[in-house]
Amino acid sequence: EVFLPEETRGAAPVDFLQQLPSYQSALRRRATGGTQERRAAPQGPAGLLAAEGHRPQQEGDEVTARPAREYPLTIAEKRRLRDCQQADIKYLSGWKQWKRTSSKSLKKVLSELKELSSYLELWRHDIHSIEGKFGTGIQSYFSFLRFLVLLNFIIFILMFSLVTLPSIISKYGMFNSSFAKIPPKNIEPHCTVYEPSGNKGLVYFYTYLKDLLSGTGFLEVTVLFYGYYTIDAEWIGIHKYNLPLAYLLATFAYLALSLIWIIKRSVGGFKQNLVHNEDPFQSYCNKVFAGWDFCITDPNAARLKHRSLQYELQVNLEEERLKRKEADRTMKEKLCIYFLRIFINIIVIAVLSGCFYSIYRATVFSQENSNVSIRHDGISNTNFQANLLVQYLPSMVITLANFIAPQIFSFLIRFEDYSPAFEIRLTLMRCVFVRLANIGVLLFSLWSQISYCATDKCNACGYNYELYPCWESEVGQEMYKLMIFDFIIILAVFLFVDFPRKLLVTHCSCKPVQWCGLQEFGISDNVLEIIYGQTICWIGTFFSPLLPAIATIKYFIIFYIKKISLIHTRKPAARPIRASSSNFFFLVVLLIGLVLAFIPLGISIAHIPSSKACGPFRNFNTSWAVVPHTIDGFPTRLRQVLYGIASEAFAVPFFMVICLVMFYFIALAGAHKRVVEQLREQLVMVRFDPLFCTPKI
Amino acid sequence: TGEAEAARAAMGGSASLLPRELLREYQELTFLSKQEILLAYKRFSELLPKEERENACSARVPKSQILTLPELRANPFQHQICRVFSTSDNGDHSMSFEDFLDMLSVFSDSATSDVKSHYAFRIFDFDDDGTLDRKDLEKLVNCLTGQGEESRLSNAEMEQLIQNILEESDIDKDGTINLSEFQHVVSRSPDFARYSVLQ
Repeated sequence: EVFLPEETRGAAPVDFLQQLPSYQSALRRRATGGTQERRAAPQGPAGLLAAEGHRPQQEGDEVTARPAREYPLTIAEKRRLRDCQQADIKYLSGWKQWKRTSSKSLKKVLSELKELSSYLELWRHDIHSIEGKFGTGIQSYFSFLRFLVLLNFIIFILMFSLVTLPSIISKYGMFNSSFAKIPPKNIEPHCTVYEPSGNKGLVYFYTYLKDLLSGTGFLEVTVLFYGYYTIDAEWIGIHKYNLPLAYLLATFAYLALSLIWIIKRSVGGFKQNLVHNEDPFQSYCNKVFAGWDFCITDPNAARLKHRSLQYELQVNLEEERLKRKEADRTMKEKLCIYFLRIFINIIVIAVLSGCFYSIYRATVFSQENSNVSIRHDGISNTNFQANLLVQYLPSMVITLANFIAPQIFSFLIRFEDYSPAFEIRLTLMRCVFVRLANIGVLLFSLWSQISYCATDKCNACGYNYELYPCWESEVGQEMYKLMIFDFIIILAVFLFVDFPRKLLVTHCSCKPVQWCGLQEFGISDNVLEIIYGQTICWIGTFFSPLLPAIATIKYFIIFYIKKISLIHTRKPAARPIRASSSNFFFLVVLLIGLVLAFIPLGISIAHIPSSKACGPFRNFNTSWAVVPHTIDGFPTRLRQVLYGIASEAFAVPFFMVICLVMFYFIALAGAHKRVVEQLREQLVMVRFDPLFCTPKI
Repeated sequence: TGEAEAARAAMGGSASLLPRELLREYQELTFLSKQEILLAYKRFSELLPKEERENACSARVPKSQILTLPELRANPFQHQICRVFSTSDNGDHSMSFEDFLDMLSVFSDSATSDVKSHYAFRIFDFDDDGTLDRKDLEKLVNCLTGQGEESRLSNAEMEQLIQNILEESDIDKDGTINLSEFQHVVSRSPDFARYSVLQ
């Protein structure tokens, strides 16, 4: 009864499982009238239903019929099927009828809502047109950029409403609010001296420009930096608002929000295949069956896609042949290659150390010679350009390192004799590491300056109070400068490199220029650029709560810059990455950036003593100390529960339970894998068994 | 009414709209939203000569006209797509409006992967025998790499590629890929979900 004569497409081999005795007895145990209902349905469309053989409608009280549109039939046939289904409904009880109609109307409402919400999508038309002209690989970069704009905007809303808005309200006394600055107890008075030199009196105009670019002067005392929030207690109306706690919790909230959103996005786009070993992105079936990009409408783009597909297939086949040859390598050759690889890795480490050391020296030099140390000497009219240059020295060195290091890496990797796909991945990983580690080194060198203490007076404060009375604002200013400089570089490259190059290539027909040609739109380089910017934003938001707003505006403008650059001054890459794997890759690197952002923030919050002269954490040892302080103020019961959760008596059993759950899932996955292998073998054997063979028409 | 006709003729003949019950029915039977169906109707009527635009719902557009659509113009599977979605009886692969809607529905973002893989199988089945055998796979790869002698893979490369594909997807080892095997291998393919055509 399983192999109906109407079956036209060969779906037979999988259905033999329903003949197994164990399966039949399970069916009988769940004995319902399910199979009778199926036979009662009229022959035409139901024959097609059976012929699909996907979800045999056996058990269950209700016929789990799918809506008509999910069947691969023409509209006329779907109409007939739908009429049959509606006729079927009359046979069901009243309750089931109501369930069916209500689920149908719910689906309709949801689809209407989805339609409406798609109008609110930012840049929908722009991204669609880019997809049509350049394919989904490049489109995924722009979707990623849009995601970052939204993420930064939400983070800004979070920080603004929890931290900035209450501070502004209480400082200006709106809505009957007030704030209090409690003088810190048990702190040496010299630690609490902080006079930011907001511009007083007559100043040159360029001072404002300098302040705008480096975050000092008049900007230092605004809402932009940590120093403004020197509030210890706030009353809005009659309610007390604990600003220090809110500041810390808002920081944790935006980190958690970013983490959850990124993980949700990466899981949604990637189906992990735990059962089969092969890498789903590299399988030939994926390349051939899902290879063509149906969004392409432009014949030129189509030609490029054909060529890139041909290239990709040839490269992969070549790689496979090489791999087979590699297995035949002699011992001597293997040793040679390993030695070469170790040597090249040493060179890579040397290059990295060079970068880190130069960033360290640049930061130290910049801190020693910038306005910070000069402030006390009273010299305020130093050479404007030189001062700005010194302030921006760390940013410039980092940008230079981010530019040079990848070139060196792609040059070196050729000698390491890896397969082309692995070469690309390894170079990318090294570039990612360089970019993110550079920020870490900058922060480390800043901290070494901040916590350098030679005198006893300094040790009493815990940080260098003379040069950095409000060190969080200093760090915030460095992050602000990094972000502004990053934006300036992107703008400068667009205006002064891309456009002249394009003009040169179109108007000058001499050979070397034509051989150089236009630059490719390298997706991975652009993505690393914006992930670098986003990591700065994540680290900097704790020290400068308005930084996400600047990041939002920056990415908003960058979208249009990149779009114009792509359309007018770049040629598409000859070897584009696939859309699905590139989406996953972007999000993984972003996640690495976020995790790396946790480290400096964690150290700042929990380890380094907060500055006693400014900020909401003046009365605490470290920024984290506000949490235990608040918990101490809770009722005894709640306090005991919270201490209990944090104690070993709870943590160890919890950890063991988690391990058990993990082992269970690993065992389950292993069992599924074994079953799949057995079934595959059985399917091969079944082909030769005369009992189950279907005669092919 | 003569004046209404004259007014419509003056506006260019695309003023006739889809009746509302038909629109609702199409929304129910396809994966397209109301806006997309209306847009499809507009584009379909533009493919017809002016006299036939009145009853666009029942007219058939010849294959040559369909192939001028930008979505199909650059597509290497254009002929197959017309063949699969056309319901014409005389084998000229002309498409009615409902065939056109079917095509857009299958290629839309909200179509289930089940439906997409079913139609993809039929599109790739060049000889229409219900399975993808070596000849079908060879034609498929040639479509992907482009027309022209220099863009084809060599015989050895083609052999190696087809061998790899069959190794990955042919479960019962009979040398061909049937619908279930195709749907199984495509369900694990992360790029397949992006089979969509923009309007």
